[in-house]
Order: sequence, then C-alpha cells, then structure tokens
Amino acid sequence: MDHIPVSWYLTLSAILFGMGVAGFIYRKSVITVFMSIELMLNAVNLTFVTFSYQNANVDGHIYSFFVMVVAAAEAAVGLAIILTIFKNRGTLQIDEIDSMKL
Amino acid sequence: MNLWLIPLCPLIGFLLSGLLGKKLPKQLVNIICVGSVAASFGLVAFWLLQNYPVNTPVTEHDFTWIQSGFLKVGFDLTVDRLTAVMLLVVTGVGLLIHLYSIGYMAHEEGYGRFFAYLNLFMFFMLLLVLSSNLLLLFVGWEGVGLCSYLLVGFYFKEKFAGDAANKAFIVNRIGDFGFMLGIFLLVIQFKTLDFVSIAAAVKTLPVETSIGSLSIITLLLFVGACGKSAQLPLYVWLPDAMAGPTPVSALIHAATMVTAGVYMVARVSFLYDHAPSAMHVVAIVGLATAVFAATIGLAQNDIKKVFAYSTVSQLGYMFLGLGLGAYSAGIFHLMTHAFFKALLFLGAGSVIHGLSGEQDLRHMGGLRKAMPITFATLGIASLAISGIPGFAGFYSKDEILKAAYVSQWPWMFWVGAATAGITAFYVFRAFFLTFFGKYRGHHHPHESPIVMTFPLIVLAALSIGGGFLSVPNWLSPMFPLAAEHGDMQPMIISVAFGVGGILLALLMYVISPSLSDTVKSASGPIYTLLSNKYYIDELYAATIVKPLTAISRTVLWRGVDQAVIDTGLVNGLGKVIEAFGQVARRWQSGSVRNSATWILAGSLLLIFILGLGAAR
Repeated sequence: MDHIPVSWYLTLSAILFGMGVAGFIYRKSVITVFMSIELMLNAVNLTFVTFSYQNANVDGHIYSFFVMVVAAAEAAVGLAIILTIFKNRGTLQIDEIDSMKL
Repeated sequence: MNLWLIPLCPLIGFLLSGLLGKKLPKQLVNIICVGSVAASFGLVAFWLLQNYPVNTPVTEHDFTWIQSGFLKVGFDLTVDRLTAVMLLVVTGVGLLIHLYSIGYMAHEEGYGRFFAYLNLFMFFMLLLVLSSNLLLLFVGWEGVGLCSYLLVGFYFKEKFAGDAANKAFIVNRIGDFGFMLGIFLLVIQFKTLDFVSIAAAVKTLPVETSIGSLSIITLLLFVGACGKSAQLPLYVWLPDAMAGPTPVSALIHAATMVTAGVYMVARVSFLYDHAPSAMHVVAIVGLATAVFAATIGLAQNDIKKVFAYSTVSQLGYMFLGLGLGAYSAGIFHLMTHAFFKALLFLGAGSVIHGLSGEQDLRHMGGLRKAMPITFATLGIASLAISGIPGFAGFYSKDEILKAAYVSQWPWMFWVGAATAGITAFYVFRAFFLTFFGKYRGHHHPHESPIVMTFPLIVLAALSIGGGFLSVPNWLSPMFPLAAEHGDMQPMIISVAFGVGGILLALLMYVISPSLSDTVKSASGPIYTLLSNKYYIDELYAATIVKPLTAISRTVLWRGVDQAVIDTGLVNGLGKVIEAFGQVARRWQSGSVRNSATWILAGSLLLIFILGLGAAR
C-alpha cells in the first residue's frame, strides 16, 4: 500500500461524506436519507482507519469498530422507527413528516 | 435556678394550648395556661426569696445570639431591683387576670386560642423585662405588640375589632421605627447594646447641654415609648384597643404592656440623665398627655373607654415622673397603677359580664345591690386612682407630684394636681353612673362567679396595701432618693383636688342627677369637642390616613404597581421574550431536512473556527 498516498484515502472519504450529506439533505425518501447516514458513518470510519494505519496506532481501528456497532444498533432502531412511521402515516416522504415543530 | 425558666413556662403553655387548644377540654386548657403563669410567678417568688435582697444585678448568659463584627448580642437575662418589681407585677397581676379570664371567657368561642395568646403575651413580656440588652428587649417589645394585635382583634368576625387591631399595630409601627433608629444610633456610638456596657460608656461622657447625639438617641427611644405607652401624639390606638376582651384590656392595655415604655425609659435612665433636653420633652409630653386624656375621659359613655383614657392619662403621669428624674416614682406609679387599673378593668368586665355585654354607662345604674363584691372592689380602685390617702394611688402619685413641686417648673405640679381632680371626677362619674341611681338597662344583672370575684378581692387588697410597699426605697440603689422635704403643701393640695373631684361627681350624678344635664347643655361646644375626643381621629384621618391611602391608590398601586411593575416589568419581560420566540420559532419548522441543514451549517462553522484556531 506504500504507493497509494494517504491523501487519496482522505479524498475518497471526503467524497463519500459529501455524497452522504447531499443525499441526507436532498433526497425525499426516509429510507434513502437513512442510507445516506450510513454512508457518512462509513466515510468517517475510512478516515479513522487511514489515520490509524498512518500513525501505526490501533486506536482508530477500535473507534471504527465502535462506530460499526453503534451503526448496527442505530440501523435496527431506525428501521423500526421507519416501519412505525409508515404504519401510522402511510407515507415515507420526508417533507410530510413534520410533527416535530411546535 | 436558671432565669430562663421564668419565661419558658408560659411559652410551653402557649405551645400546648395553641397547638392542641381546640382538642383539649376547657378544664385542661385552664390547668395548662393558668398553671404555667402560676409556675412563672412561683419561680419569680422563689428566685427572689433565694436572692433577697437583690443588691447587685444577677446576669445570666444563656447563649450568644448574634455575633457580627464588633457587635455581639447575647441571650442574656438580668434581674436587678427594677426587674424584680416588674417581674412581680407582670406575673402576679398576670396570674390574677388569667384566673379571672376562666370565668369571663367561659361562654366565648375560641377559648383555647384566647389563653394561648395570653400565655404568649406573658412570655414576651417576661422576656422584655428580663432582657439585659436593648435588642432582646426589642424582641419582647415587638412580641407583646403582636399579642396585643392578636388579642385586640380577638373577635375578628366584627369589623371594628379588626380595624382596632390594625390601628394598634400600625400606630405602634410608627413608634417602633423611632425606637429602631435609636437602637441603630446606639450601636454606632457605643458598639454594644448591653445595658451595663452602655451605662459604663455613658458615664465617661459629659452631660449634654444642647441637643447632642445622646439627646437624639433618647428622643428616638422615647418615640418608641410614646407608641407603646400611648402618649401624645400616638395615643390614639389605646382607646380603640378596648375592642378586645376585657381581661386583655386589663392585662395588656392597662397593667403591663402599655407600661413597657415607662420601664424602658427607666431601664436606660443613664442615657436620659445625660440628656436633660430629652428629659424636658418626656416630662412635657407626659404632662400634656395626662391633661389631654383626662379631659376626654370626662365625656365618654362607654365604661371601658373611660378607663382607657384614664390609662393614657396615668401613663402620662408616669412619664412626667420619669421626665423630672423621679424614675422610682414613675415605677412606683407603674406598680400601683397596675393594681388599681387592672382592678378597674376587671371590675368593669364583671359589670359587663353581669349585664350580658352592656358597656354603655347610660344603660347601667343601681347595680350595687346586685353586685356587692364588684361594687366594693371597684370603689376601692376608684379611690386608689383618685389619690385618696390610704389607697395605693395616693402614695405613688404623691411622689410624682412632689417631684414636680420641687422641680424647676412648679406650674407642672399645679397642672398635675388639677388633672388629679379631673381624674377623680370622671372615674367617680363612671362609678356612680354604674352603681347608684336607678337601673336604666334591660338585662337582668347578676354577680360574677367566685373565679372572677377572687382576683377582684386580691387586687383590691393590693390597691390598698400596694402603696405601703415603698418602691422608691427599694429602688434607691439604682435611682437615688430625692432629698426629703417636710413640705406637706403639695400633698394637701393634690388630695384636696381629688376629694373635690369626687364630691363634684357625687353632687352631679347621685345627689341631683339633673345637674349633669344642665352642665352638659351649658358647656355646649366644649362637651361636643370632648365627647368627640377633640376630633383627633378625624384630624389624623384627614391629614395622614386619607392622603396616604390616596397616594397608595393612585401613585403606588395604579402607577407603580400596575403600570410599572405589572405592565412594564412582568408583562413587558414576557412580551420581549415572546417576540424573540416568534423569530426563533421559524427555525423549528419540524422538517428533518431543515434541521439537517442547520446541523451541517453548525458543524461547518465549528470546523471553520477550530481550523482558524489551529492555523494560528
């Protein structure tokens, strides 16, 4: 891996994160928004692992495992919420889910 | 024996009867409340027997109450000869009046409440006289004021009782304000409130020839005494305070609490000795009050009002004595007055009780057959207050008038002696209207039960024998006796005035009752002026109360409270926050996308700031 510079990994990570952000903000389906979140998490994981490798430090790996565990838990809870929303409202259009305002 | 046990007894009585009064049977309330005062009296007597004669003051430091910078105030109790007199008067007369109340209040509502208040009063009064510093005295002073308020307003369902209670409390606030200023100045000047320390510090100061700080302090303290002891111009609450039950009038508004001002002035006499100009004020206010109240007493028809004005008048005598430097004479008169005035009130209460609540002299008359004991004892009290030789009032009043006679203003003696004549006249007017002539009422009069007549008999004995207890001699270590002079003239003159007053009353109300109506119609406007109490209440209402309520209503209530505080501050603050909220709520659209955008913006901002920090 010596011939692939760290900056490439970081650039890839930034691109993935940017895609996640864009998807989160601009997509209309709750499922897609949820997938965008996963994308952002994995972009961050990539950054952790990259720096961990570069610094020869295992902390980054541990963090990324934490993130994965949390992401798995979050996926379980999030999908349950999405199911409930769909049952109650019959829609997954994010603009129609706005009962959080006062 | 510990001194703090003395006030503790009535406090326990108050707590028991106050907390459980409604549930306890009357018999038990009697035992607790009368017993607690009897215990106090017993303790006082026991202590005095143990320590007799109290040549040096005995001080007891119980605990330090306030320690702040240079100021240290302890819960210290002292008994010296002055306190001993006060303790005996307060617990002795208090005990008799508690006994009497059992009979008087037997059919009244709120029996437990009444005795609880009376016990609380005893506690504060004992604290007041036992205290060895001015602040603890002030605690007792305010405490008795509170009890006075509670007991004047005892019949709180009647509006006049509530009004009278408020009046008593508010007028006393004016006096207490002066008293407090006096205490503050004392703290500033002497850095202590302990009587002994102040006395020692004052000794090193010269006697003030003009108005100095001591004069101001003593005058401010005297303002407090004017409020509590009903002197001009703050006397107006005392006659109204008769709205309370009669034993209260006897105990608080005749025998003990209203004399607290006299006691206080005597207690700080070392200050007054160094402020002759303040002494003059005390003497003149006292004399003016004595004359003023006595003349009002001439034209009152409510038996309790007559005695109330006579109390104001007699308190004036006491202050005259104090102002002339005859402190022991003032205290002597305080003591004998406690006996005969308590007797007058309890006798009046017995009459009122026997007539089922009738207080108007015009509806009494001829009661001497129906109420022989009340008749005899009230007669003794009337003779005592009139200063007839052999009765207690004579000796003490004589001491005061003698002091006036030898003072630099002999005219004070003549005014005082003439007032003694007026006093004799109006007291006997009330006496004759009650017991002589034909019965003019419609209730069936009956003598009071033994529990009421027994205190009357004891007080009658004290009203005779009290004069032979030579209080001035007893107090001579504290207040040196004036040089004795053999001049019999002042005594003869004042007795002549007293006898003259009695004979005049006899003539006008017994021998030829029509004469009184002739005099009344002949004196026309003067009588109207007197029966309306010089229109002082109306004057105060017009000059002080009305403007005050008007200012309170328009400026303070409508202006400051409603406009500034309510509308401006409270509602205004709410409006401002609501306006901010109206702007801020637009951010909370509830749309997930919106929130996400804000989160993104926030994160970018944070990264930007952190990056800026790292770049430096």
